[in-house]
Amino acid sequence: MKLRIWRNYQFSSWQPNVWDVIALLLVLSVIIMLAWAASQTSTPYHLGEALPISLNPKYLPGYALRSVFRILTGLFLSLIFTFVVGSAAAKNKHIERIAIPLIDILQSIPVLGFLSITIVMFIYLFPNSLWGPEWASIFMIFTAQAWNMCLGFYQSIKTIPYDLREASAMFQLSAWQRFWRLEVPFAMPSLMWNSMMSMSASWFFLVASEALTVNKQTIMLPGIGSYIGEAILHSNILAVSYAITTMLVVILLYDQLLFRPLLSWSEKFKMESTAGEKAEKSLLVRLLVKTHWLQNVVGSWLNAFCDAVVNFQITRRVKKPEHPQQMINRSATVLIYAWYITIATSSIVLMYFLIRFIFHTISTHEIFHVLLLGLYTSLRVIILISLASLVWVPIGVWIGLRPRATHIAQPIAQFFAAFPANLFFPIVVIVILKYHLNVNIWTTPLMILGTQWYILFNVIAGTTALPKDLVMVSQNFGLKKWLWWKRFILPGIFPYFITGAITAAGGAWNASIVAEVVSWGNYNLVADGLGAYIKQFTSLGDFPRIALGISMMCIYVLIFNRLIWQPLYNLAEKRFQIN
Amino acid sequence: MNTLIELRHIKKIFNKEGDQELLVLDNISFDVREGEIIALLGRSGCGKSTLLRVIAGLIQSNSGQVRFKGKTVTQPAPGITMVFQHFALMPWLTVLQNVELGLEALGTPKKERRGRALKAIDMIGLDGFESAFPKELSGGMRQRVGIARALVVEPDVLLMDEPFSSLDVLTADNLRNDILDLWLKNPQRKNSIVLVTHNIEEAMFLADRAIVFDSNPATIRGILNINLPHPRDEQSPEFRKLVDQVYMLMTTEKMPLPQEEEIDLGYRLPDANISELAGLMEILAEEFPDKPIDLPHIADELSLNIDDLFPLTEVLDILDFAEEADGDIKLTAAGKHFASADMLNRKKIFAKYLLANVPLAKYIYDALNKNEDHRIAKKYIAEKLEKSLSDSEIERVLGIITQWGRYAELFAYNDKSEEFNLENPE
Repeated sequence: MKLRIWRNYQFSSWQPNVWDVIALLLVLSVIIMLAWAASQTSTPYHLGEALPISLNPKYLPGYALRSVFRILTGLFLSLIFTFVVGSAAAKNKHIERIAIPLIDILQSIPVLGFLSITIVMFIYLFPNSLWGPEWASIFMIFTAQAWNMCLGFYQSIKTIPYDLREASAMFQLSAWQRFWRLEVPFAMPSLMWNSMMSMSASWFFLVASEALTVNKQTIMLPGIGSYIGEAILHSNILAVSYAITTMLVVILLYDQLLFRPLLSWSEKFKMESTAGEKAEKSLLVRLLVKTHWLQNVVGSWLNAFCDAVVNFQITRRVKKPEHPQQMINRSATVLIYAWYITIATSSIVLMYFLIRFIFHTISTHEIFHVLLLGLYTSLRVIILISLASLVWVPIGVWIGLRPRATHIAQPIAQFFAAFPANLFFPIVVIVILKYHLNVNIWTTPLMILGTQWYILFNVIAGTTALPKDLVMVSQNFGLKKWLWWKRFILPGIFPYFITGAITAAGGAWNASIVAEVVSWGNYNLVADGLGAYIKQFTSLGDFPRIALGISMMCIYVLIFNRLIWQPLYNLAEKRFQIN
Repeated sequence: MNTLIELRHIKKIFNKEGDQELLVLDNISFDVREGEIIALLGRSGCGKSTLLRVIAGLIQSNSGQVRFKGKTVTQPAPGITMVFQHFALMPWLTVLQNVELGLEALGTPKKERRGRALKAIDMIGLDGFESAFPKELSGGMRQRVGIARALVVEPDVLLMDEPFSSLDVLTADNLRNDILDLWLKNPQRKNSIVLVTHNIEEAMFLADRAIVFDSNPATIRGILNINLPHPRDEQSPEFRKLVDQVYMLMTTEKMPLPQEEEIDLGYRLPDANISELAGLMEILAEEFPDKPIDLPHIADELSLNIDDLFPLTEVLDILDFAEEADGDIKLTAAGKHFASADMLNRKKIFAKYLLANVPLAKYIYDALNKNEDHRIAKKYIAEKLEKSLSDSEIERVLGIITQWGRYAELFAYNDKSEEFNLENPE
């Protein structure tokens, strides 16, 4: 066991060393670059005006920066959303009853679904400025990020050990202090994991969120997503390869600069009660460890700042005079009733308008057609998840049993998860056209491109978590081949596999909007499916049909969740949980 | 001496879904005076930790009152702090930050906070560990942090919830001594400690008064004044006498003896597993074949605490394998027979006495034999028990009866279909 010995930093070196300079330069340049990206968004803009997107690679760094700025802003907003909604739902059962199912549904709405409605609002809010489309784009990125973060945070807060809650009550922590000292730290590992997943998801939908096609108009915001979109439009394979290279660099950079340092910092928030696990290493962390001035001076400023935030005086509990208990009860009851009545009325009104809106313009015949399209898409999801499981479960187990391979495979898979499906369009289109393949079948793999990795991640994680003595016992008894899979591995990783498959299936539904319509230059291949339906009518700006498509998708996803995933998940929890 | 805390007629009912209620605490009244250590002593699960939480203001009682310095306690009050059984340290805060936590909540300025925390850390013997994280520390060290965290706010009353029970024997002993030293060093003791424990020796070693509780629901069985001077010698005759006295208090009367008190379907079967029962009977048969033997003596010999020992002796008593009275235990003829039998015969003997003495076992067995398909849903049995037991108790009791039934080869249980069945229907 290693022990850190307390040191008094007051007398240690104030002298900046060379590592300070390097680290400082690095940090400052990131800030300056992001500030530049932000300043670009405030240029005047009129609707209908075309923003030139150049395929010249020299613009790519600038584009990349602006995409990163959007994604980080989205992440920041998601974080605030997570803190506010997640903790409100965890602490108040009346909010919980509404918010959690609502987020569950929002999760199943593809990012495009939010576009058509919100962009009008944003353009109206910021007339004559690029802020309008810019915010619409950020909002779409936000919708690809926020939900899983919020649900993860909510679940973490719900599982805070009882004695830690009691301790913070006993020591009179205010709600604000409890939030920063107990709830956020406890949720940190889940928050980290979910924000990394969210980052990947927002890259995956980057083209859809930057090249906004609404009402037959296309607004292409400068960014990598638009660059890819433009390259596909002009069937410029060279530009696609530039985009791939840039993305690779950017993803590697933010992994090193943002996530690795955060991961190594968040090590201390893990609840394990034993020391000794090794921290994630990152170049930036290694650099920061070597600095003097940054660590001592800036570090202590940061500490003092955090301290001041947590102990912000106004937030301290003001002892209220004792109310008679009955009065509190009565006003609370009134409030609760008001809450439920508001929710009930607004959902009835919304339902009425939605149904009227849809049925007014759309025939029942078309509704049945959309129902059928949904069936096609669900068939795709089922087949893809089965195929992906057949491929990735054995590979994941193989990797998971070899610690060295795990270290190599994890970051690679993470990169692929972030890879926008659009980048594969050229390959798919060329292959389909060349061999005259069926569009309905051969565009399908694009759906699982981004999400199959969650099956792999989870299978690897499940295999590594298998108790070592069980691995040895199965060797000892000479369990072989199928018996080994059936009696040991498959039951052992089942809960992890299910978690991965649920995530993958949810992602596949969302990805149908980019997978069922594939274009390359003048070629436009459209498969029959719900995703294609939504995508087409979004570009046409046909609101009733967009609403119908999205509602249908939500219904399908919810039915899938309730009928297939929920029972499987319960089974995994009950029968196959080790310990 | 001034009174710090007054408890008057505390009653606590845990509500269950529906109309069933579980009475946990019943009519509990006592005072905590300035400068004393009070031990709340009882078997685990008897409600003493609940009582401590009522005193702390973490749980509200259904009737009765807790007053701290004359004011009714309805929420955690400044001046009362707590040390937890499993430490309850924030794993992401260093030792120093953990100790500072309570001061932070009081809004103490940073500089003063740090100074006081460092002093508390010194006092409890943690110098050098200030920047360590809890996971780098051993259990004993962690509990020291828990104690420093509670002491740094200078409480009037320190509540301790089985603070030593998750530590190994040596560490617990060491920490107990250190705490007692700290306590004795303090010249004019204005504050007090309320200690929850199921360890009789520990209570006798530390406390000025011990309050002994009955289980189900917890009521006060007796209050014992301990007037021995510190430090107390655990081997001294006076000390042993006190320990014996507590054992007597805890075992007599309330122990349901089959002859006097009919045990029914809803009887709360104690947690005892077969191999422990068999082990205890073997030892009793081998070492003390004919004379009744002191329970504290057995506890000492086997280094079992009362929580481990009492359920076993209670079961032996119910099954007629042993007789228990006045803190003594003696094997019956049946018990001796069991101890000397081989593995297969033991099962038969156990089956016979189980059916004869535990109504629940007989009920399930008969029902299974009556049913044509020799199966019966767990839900059905659970419904029968609902009147007398809480849901979690039903789960526990059915778990135990399943284990015993399986051992006796009377019946088995299928987890998937949630049914009891006859393993080999006749």
